[in-house]
Amino acid sequence: MRDSLRISCNRHNLKVVRDFVTNFLEKYSLLELQVNQIVLAVDEVVANLIIHGNAEDDSKFLTLRVSVIDGLFTIEIEDDSPTSYSPATYREPDLQEFIRQGKKGGVGMTLVNRIMDRVEFTNDDHHNLCRLSKKIG
Amino acid sequence: MKVTQTSDNNILTLSLDGELDASSAVLLDTELNKPDVLQYQKVLIDCQRLNYISSAGLGVFISHLQRFQDAGVKLVFFNMQEKVHNVFEILGLDTLMTIVPSQAEATAV
Repeated sequence: MRDSLRISCNRHNLKVVRDFVTNFLEKYSLLELQVNQIVLAVDEVVANLIIHGNAEDDSKFLTLRVSVIDGLFTIEIEDDSPTSYSPATYREPDLQEFIRQGKKGGVGMTLVNRIMDRVEFTNDDHHNLCRLSKKIG
Repeated sequence: MKVTQTSDNNILTLSLDGELDASSAVLLDTELNKPDVLQYQKVLIDCQRLNYISSAGLGVFISHLQRFQDAGVKLVFFNMQEKVHNVFEILGLDTLMTIVPSQAEATAV
């Protein structure tokens, strides 16, 4: 089973990413609900990197690597965007306020943080790495 | 992602077929943005064939809910798959939106 993927920064590739993660997780006999949650967390981060980090520039790429070691699922997502996400800016959303304001975005990272056990963002001279982990064993 | 519309009396039903992500959410947003949608008493969202939803899809519903409420239009979801319902639950949206098991219950809301 393929454990790495390189995609261009086009939002149509989100489906490719979801299929890649789903296929990788197939052999671990997880519940459909668990697979969907992990796929969703990855989709949210990748969508942010494609749309916000790389402005949907098809000439830019993301590299994804997945592994399961001792029952710990980990995915690393790398890009070379000059902008990087800072987890320190994260605020828990007030959904009732979002509804009042008719807000479209702002809940993606909440899903990621609530689903995954560990969420890390590091950046080093325009090279960004996001690492998401979750115990599945 | 395919959106099929059916209207009957004062009820508009949108049947969603496929995956609602950051790529396909624009299509649904366009449908809900149409002014004639607010002429109905209820807008029912049939989720039977909705296999996936991400925050972009949820954002479409979050962004229209107040507009619907202000116009007196009820937004009701039905036939939702467990894995999709779970995404609403993770955020607590299941308590802020009306989600019922069946079409009959959605019509009766």
